[in-house]
Amino acid sequence: MDLFEYQARDLLASHGVPVLPGGVAETPDQAEAIAREIGTRVVVKAQVKTGGRGKAGGVKLADDADEARARAQDILGLDIKGHVTHRVMVAQASDIAEEYYFSYLLDRANRTFLAMASVEGGMEIEQLAVERPEALARIPVDATVGVDAAKAAEIVDAAGFAPEVRDQVIAIAVQLWEVFSQEDATLVEVNPLAKAPDGTVLALDAKVTLDENARFRHPGHEALEDTAAADPLEAAAKEKDLNYVKLEGEVGIIGNGAGLVMSTLDVVAYAGEEFGGVKPANFLDIGGGASAEVMANGLHIILSDPAVKSVFVNVFGGITACDAVANGIVHALQLLGDEATKPLVVRLDGNNVEEGRRILADAAHPLVTLVDTMDGAARRAAELAA
Amino acid sequence: MSIFLNENSKVIVQGMTGSEGRKHTQRMLASGTAIVGGVNPKKAGQSVDFDGASVPVFGGVAEAMKETGADVSVIFVPPAGAKAAVIEAVDAQIGLAVVITEGIPVHDSTSFWAHAQGGATRIIGPNCPGLISPGRSNAGIIPANITKQGRIGLVSKSGTLTYQMMYELRDIGFSTCVGIGGDPVIGTTHIDCLQAFQDDPETEAIVMIGEIGGDAEERAADFVAANVTKPVVGYVAGFTAPEGKTMGHAGAIVSGSAGTAQAKKEALEAAGVRVGKTPSETARLMREIVGA
Repeated sequence: MDLFEYQARDLLASHGVPVLPGGVAETPDQAEAIAREIGTRVVVKAQVKTGGRGKAGGVKLADDADEARARAQDILGLDIKGHVTHRVMVAQASDIAEEYYFSYLLDRANRTFLAMASVEGGMEIEQLAVERPEALARIPVDATVGVDAAKAAEIVDAAGFAPEVRDQVIAIAVQLWEVFSQEDATLVEVNPLAKAPDGTVLALDAKVTLDENARFRHPGHEALEDTAAADPLEAAAKEKDLNYVKLEGEVGIIGNGAGLVMSTLDVVAYAGEEFGGVKPANFLDIGGGASAEVMANGLHIILSDPAVKSVFVNVFGGITACDAVANGIVHALQLLGDEATKPLVVRLDGNNVEEGRRILADAAHPLVTLVDTMDGAARRAAELAA
Repeated sequence: MSIFLNENSKVIVQGMTGSEGRKHTQRMLASGTAIVGGVNPKKAGQSVDFDGASVPVFGGVAEAMKETGADVSVIFVPPAGAKAAVIEAVDAQIGLAVVITEGIPVHDSTSFWAHAQGGATRIIGPNCPGLISPGRSNAGIIPANITKQGRIGLVSKSGTLTYQMMYELRDIGFSTCVGIGGDPVIGTTHIDCLQAFQDDPETEAIVMIGEIGGDAEERAADFVAANVTKPVVGYVAGFTAPEGKTMGHAGAIVSGSAGTAQAKKEALEAAGVRVGKTPSETARLMREIVGA
């Protein structure tokens, strides 16, 4: 889960990382009040989970509270690369003497954590890594050891921080590790880490990604979720504990197992090329169980997507027996009644497949077509959606 | 031969007394696996009956190994206790720890993987279906009745795609099928399995199944080009996955231009791996190679 900048800032501050005073506003009135409280020149920043805010007009300076109100008025509602701005952060504006970069992240390839630091901050780090790789220190962090003051000094010295900021950056590096490890983050990135004219080092902007698998030990993280911005179908699916991702297409997909469902999307997209570019409408993994209730919940979500014209149910019975899945489909269609209006193409294979196919054949539901192979079923579903 | 698991493997189950552990212990026993014990400190000294087979419960992995000679542990312990369970298995120096548990925080898996470095334990998973050497032993949740012993080796990030591929090639059979799991940090990689299959005289050809996220497939492609002389057929899932969305597996995410299926396919093909567009086409490519 990616956090908004203001959430990341609050999380950093709660671990002692120095940040500038500020707050988050959903209306121009609130923005004005925060600016008045701060009492100095402020910066008004769109809170969207994408880069390039500045270029899109989502970051503006304001000399006083009235101007902050006007700038918030401009920015709220702004569409930045498809992300509508619902909140702005109003923070004290800081003069910047120097900009640095600091991050911790999960290094999948090496199965360890990585610290990255540079005294050339401000620009996109991907760009820096390509154009001036020697300016970016990359130091592995052993997960069983972590970052103490000595390790922090190693990172800071590798990046070549100047003596006058060295101690401050070391202290911040330890605090940022605390955020990374104690909050179960997979990314904590401060860009820029800035030196103010008075020599103070501060985190001016931050990106934090939290591991959703660690939710069980962070009850507070649930409140950080942005339920408003989620696709309504994704939100409804989440409420039912379904693993659903909305896509732009016409063939609804239900399958069991993440890999098989991803593969199903691909096979439908290939088949769709023959039928005017029909595409999969969603990812939905109903997992191992595939009970009638789960199947009904899944079908309900997919059938309530107005873009869906046909549905492809693709199940390989491994642990789950195909007869249970077939019963699930039949009962789900009963539960849905008149709500079920779109054709269903079903492919079953694996454990107890003969019985599963027999159950569907006996039920003879007018909407259901049984096809033997995954490729053939994908083709039929695409054809029905064309 | 097979890799990592054979007819002599003695298997214990950490979390055997939980509902998932119990269900799958039953299935493993039914498929002929030598299950010699379970581990649960709260139920040490008891035994669990599986259709007449009585399996003793031990207080710890080290004790279970000492009493039974176990060399494999299958771990069903829920996420909150999984790290401690894996570390216990590693500290007891068991040869193979198969971590089935889904939803382990990545800080925990990164930590137990680091802890296992230099030790005696191979970790498979987490968030994986385990591995099966058909007709010999089954450690995990892969259905044993899909296929038989044979000459293909299979390594896959995905559970159901593993089953699908086993089914497509069921008449030829497999030496070992390894589900390595779809998490961002896993113990045994495609490369580890490719190396083991290359060294296994019974394995004639290898199927490798990957999916979006990370660069494991790209690194596996480099490894194949440099080290694997046996034919390899590949499949990659997730060509239609949008950027920035996790597709079911915690590790299955395209971030920016990194981790795309297209890049993985191209890397594999450049290494001489024939990559199928669909699971069935992948199976056809394998049939051409093994002449069946």
